[in-house]
This record gives sequence, C-alpha cells and structure tokens, in this order.
Amino acid sequence: MPNLKGIFQGKQKFVTVKAGTVQEEAPEGLWTKCGKCGGILYKKELAENLGLCSDCGFHFRLSARERIAITLDADSFVEYDEELVTVDPLGFPGYGIKVEAVRGSTGLDEAIITGRGSIEGYPVLAGFMDFSFIGASMGSVVGEKVTRLFERAARQRVPVVIFCASGGARMQEGMFSLMQMAKTAAACARLSATRTLYISVMTNPTTAGVFASFGSLGDIIIAEPGALIGFTGQRVIEETIRQKLPPGFQTAEFALEHGLIDMIVDRRNMRKTLESLLSLHGGRRQDVG
Amino acid sequence: MTNLTLEFEKPLIELEKRIEDLREFGLKKGIDLSCEIAILEKKADTLRKEIFENLTPWQRIMIARHPKRPTTLEYIHLIFDEFIELHGDRTFRDDGAIVGGIASLRGRPVTVIGTQKGRDTKENIARNFGMPHPEGYRKALRLMKQAEKFRRPVVSFVDVVGAYPGVEAEERGQGLAIACNIAEMAQLSTSIIVVITGEGGSGGALAIGVGDKLIMLENAYFSVISPEGCAAILWKDGSRAQEAAEILKLTAPDLKAQGLIDEVLPEPQGAAHKDSVAMAGLIRDAITRGIDELSGIPPRRLIERRYARLRRIGEFAVQEMPTSDLPMAVSDNEDISTLPDLPDFEGGTDES
Repeated sequence: MPNLKGIFQGKQKFVTVKAGTVQEEAPEGLWTKCGKCGGILYKKELAENLGLCSDCGFHFRLSARERIAITLDADSFVEYDEELVTVDPLGFPGYGIKVEAVRGSTGLDEAIITGRGSIEGYPVLAGFMDFSFIGASMGSVVGEKVTRLFERAARQRVPVVIFCASGGARMQEGMFSLMQMAKTAAACARLSATRTLYISVMTNPTTAGVFASFGSLGDIIIAEPGALIGFTGQRVIEETIRQKLPPGFQTAEFALEHGLIDMIVDRRNMRKTLESLLSLHGGRRQDVG
Repeated sequence: MTNLTLEFEKPLIELEKRIEDLREFGLKKGIDLSCEIAILEKKADTLRKEIFENLTPWQRIMIARHPKRPTTLEYIHLIFDEFIELHGDRTFRDDGAIVGGIASLRGRPVTVIGTQKGRDTKENIARNFGMPHPEGYRKALRLMKQAEKFRRPVVSFVDVVGAYPGVEAEERGQGLAIACNIAEMAQLSTSIIVVITGEGGSGGALAIGVGDKLIMLENAYFSVISPEGCAAILWKDGSRAQEAAEILKLTAPDLKAQGLIDEVLPEPQGAAHKDSVAMAGLIRDAITRGIDELSGIPPRRLIERRYARLRRIGEFAVQEMPTSDLPMAVSDNEDISTLPDLPDFEGGTDES
C-alpha cells in the first residue's frame, strides 16, 4: 500500500475564499474555446464571469475551490475532514501512483471538499465535488466525507447543499467503493428523518454511482443548464441498443422534462436561489463578519 | 445452442464420458469392468475436486453466468412451502426482470423479491435478460414497504448483470429508482436477508442488496463494475476481463475476507446447477438461521444495527494535519454553539 501521507505538508487548516472571484485555470494560454458555441474566450474574463461563456452562456466546469468561492459568503468556509486520505485497499495496478499524481496536479486530497459555511448569512454544511480528481469518482474517502457531512447536519439540524459532479464509483477501490453508495444513501435517509433540508445541485456531469445515491436523494434537486445527468454511460447504452442516442439525451433539460429534477438554475442565479430556499425552510441568518 | 460445458470443465466431462462409455460397453458385452470403472471414477473425483477447489475468479464468473444456473423463481419454488407472486409497480408497468411476492418459509410468512433471468431465449426476451428497469426496482420497493407494514421479513435474491442500460430506463429515472431503494432499504423496519445467487452487477444489484445479512453462494460474484468494463477502461481491451476479475476481488471468499458479506454458502459438487435441490436446501437453512437470529431485535435497533454495518465500510487513512498559525478548527460541539438549531426543525421523526 503506497504511503500517501504527508504530501501536502505545508497545507493550511482553513481555506480562505473570496466571494465573486474565480481562480484562473492553469496558465497554459490565455484563451480557451467554448464547448458549445465555439467562441474564443479570454480566460481571465471567463473566470470573472463565473465560468460562463459570454456569448452563449455555456457553463464551464468549475473546480471545487472555484465553486466554493462563487457560492459561499466570503471567508465563511471551514473545511471538514481534510485529514482523510485515500488508500489502495485492493492493491489495484497503478492506483497509488495515479492518486499521488492527481493530488499533485489538482492540489486536492480527494474528489470532494466538505465543510461549513454560509450563503447570504444562512449557515449550511456543504460539499463540493471536483471532476478533475479522477472524474470525481466516489471511493471510500468521498463516501466517508459525505456521510460525515450528513451526520453532522443531522446533529446540528443545519441544511446541506452538495454540488455533485461525478463519473461514478471509484472502480479501483472495488466493492468498498460500490458500498459507499449504500453508506451515503443511508446517512442521507437518517438526515431526512430529522427533517433537515438537503439540496442536491447536479453539475456537469452527475452520473452513475453518485447519481444513483446521495445525488438523487435531495429534498430539492437543482441542475445547472446543459449538465450531463444520468445513470448509465452513453457509450454503454449505444452499444446495448445499437442506435445513436437522440440529441439532448441525459442533459439537465432532458432530466427536467422527464420529471427527474426540480429545476434548472443558471449559475448566475444559484446563490439567490439557494438563499431563497434556505430562507423558506426556516433558515435563520447569522451575522457574517 | 448454447455451449453448456465450461472450458475448464472439459477434462472432467471427457473423463465422465469415458466412464459412461466403459459402463455401456461392459453391459453390452457382459464383461465385468467394475474395477476399471472404479479406478476412473476415483480419478474423476480427484479431478473434480482439483478443479472446483481451485477455481479462478474468472471461472467462478463463468459458473455464475452459466445458462443452467438456477434462477430466482426456481429457488423460490424449491425453498418455500408456498409462493404467491405479486406484480407491478402500480405506476407504470410490471417488470418481468424483477419478481416478488409473499411466501411461506416453514409456515412463516416472508416477502420475497429478486431479479429473474430467463431460461431460454424467449423467456429472456420477456424478462429482458434479468436486467430491471426503474419500474422493476419500484415494484421491489413497493413489496418491501408492504412487508414492513405487515411485519414480515424480506428475502432478496440477487442475480443480475446490471440495471438495464437503455433510453427508457434513463427517462424513467434508473438512478433515482436505485437511490430510493438503497435509502429505503437502509431504513426499513423489518429484517432483510440478501442472497446473491449468481451475478451481483454493481448498482443494479445493490438496489435490492442492502440488508441485515448478506449471503453469497460460493460461485456468485458482486462487483462495482463488470470485469469486461474494467478491462475496457484499464487497458482499452475488454478481452482482458480475466485479469480484471482477479484484480477486482469480487468473489464470495474475497468479499468475506474484506468483511463486506456475512456468509459464503458452499455449492454442491460441480456448482449449484448440478444439484439445485441441494443448493436450495442450503439456502433455506441459511435464510432460516438469519431470520431466527434477527427476529428478536426490535425494529429501531435493527435499523441502527443495519446503519452501523454500512457505516463502517470504507478503507482510508487519516493523515496528521500540520499545525498552523491559524486558530484550530472548531469541533462539532463548538459548531453547535455557533450555529444554533434552526427553530422549525426541532423534533424529528425518529422517536416511535
């Protein structure tokens, strides 16, 4: 089992984030291309615009830290359980090296950051998944962090908001990873029994094991426009039915049309929407410093 | 015509055929060959033992997928004194890939659910090769809620390659149906015994696979991904599934060693399909033991126990966090003092 400890020695206990700003992407060029309209975008401008294409409004993928920055009140975030690190329970070929490499390239310890913060003064316990960490797949650490978040929320009766993004279960952890679906769903059900609000926000993409567990168990399920939402991968479906899939299949709009989610919310309105929902569920504003 | 002989069984089958030929020859010619036959039979026994005691994960998967592998309905009819099948999710359709109903286990009523593969092409088409749509999972959930209402245990038989990967399944919320089942099964106030009889295909199996006791047949498997899918991702080569099967640790003995299941049921000589009656007997005993064991536990404790079982699953390490100049993070208790309970959220529904 590779030793994954102590890689980020100088790491801070707190993450300080500022609202309304988005970190720049890796400085590998100043320009990027919109995945939808093909327009050429200035990266700095894109970052200032919440990661939205200025021409067509396409929602670029955000890192967990970027998402924290645009979602929570400035300096309100305190991270939980960052000491949990990935191990390689099956001795899966290349897994230890991969995790180490991804930790290095992303600056993340795992595919989710969880913690406490506020939205317009309303306290929330929040989770932010990051697709750049092995496709935000759910292994033991992701499952444990989500479970602990739900358990804390149940004890404290504080609403939960999770920004989901995931390619599914972390294959490299075998059945330990599949069982995280059961663990997180069970913790979510217990939270529900305390009548504490849980809002699931599906971002691009929210699929497979995360979609089929805590992702779909929100009292309210919000999706970002255009996000890929579904259980089975499109290639697998195409191979099964031996047909091309219809355009727009498994998008947020498709999910809304088929009654799978409550609403689609543009990133520019996300904070406002969450604020309203928290307020309507009896949230009490805290003074924010 | 499907080939019913598995590759690794061939030497054994050939030997068995030779014994049969010899016996016939002796009978026809009136020669006493019992001595020769006895020697060959002893050899066959040794060979059989050798093969079936050293099965590779891939060979077990071949057995789990064997077209003659007993199906859920076959087990149900062999295990229970009586079975009344109930149909439909009351919303959309009756999914033939999931069966369920009320059965009597030595006079005790139980609810039985399970995935159902077909025996031949025609039945397989009707049952969609045992791959459920969301309405199948919803039917299973409906029957489990019914079991809860009438306070009878649930027995769930799992043999499924996976939830159906199709357009309509997605439209009707395959992921949502699985998520709901898992969450509801975690909270169900009656005991749940899960028996994985053949294939335990990922989320599609987990959707009826959460319980108080997880029993697996010796040659069943339970995996996060099919070995073919794993090989395709790892090496871009689905034909290396055998290697993937080794890596994934998906056999019953592997999962028992990992603490993820409770019991491995040995299969009769030559696997379950060689003697489904004996296999069913072993399953019946295991189910009965499980139900007896759980029957004295009050519902609330049962749910707590089930949660505790799920709660401990996961392998990770805890790294020491470096001390910093910033103030220490607040503990949970301090959290409560800084974040007051939301006034309208008190109470909860957990007291009964």
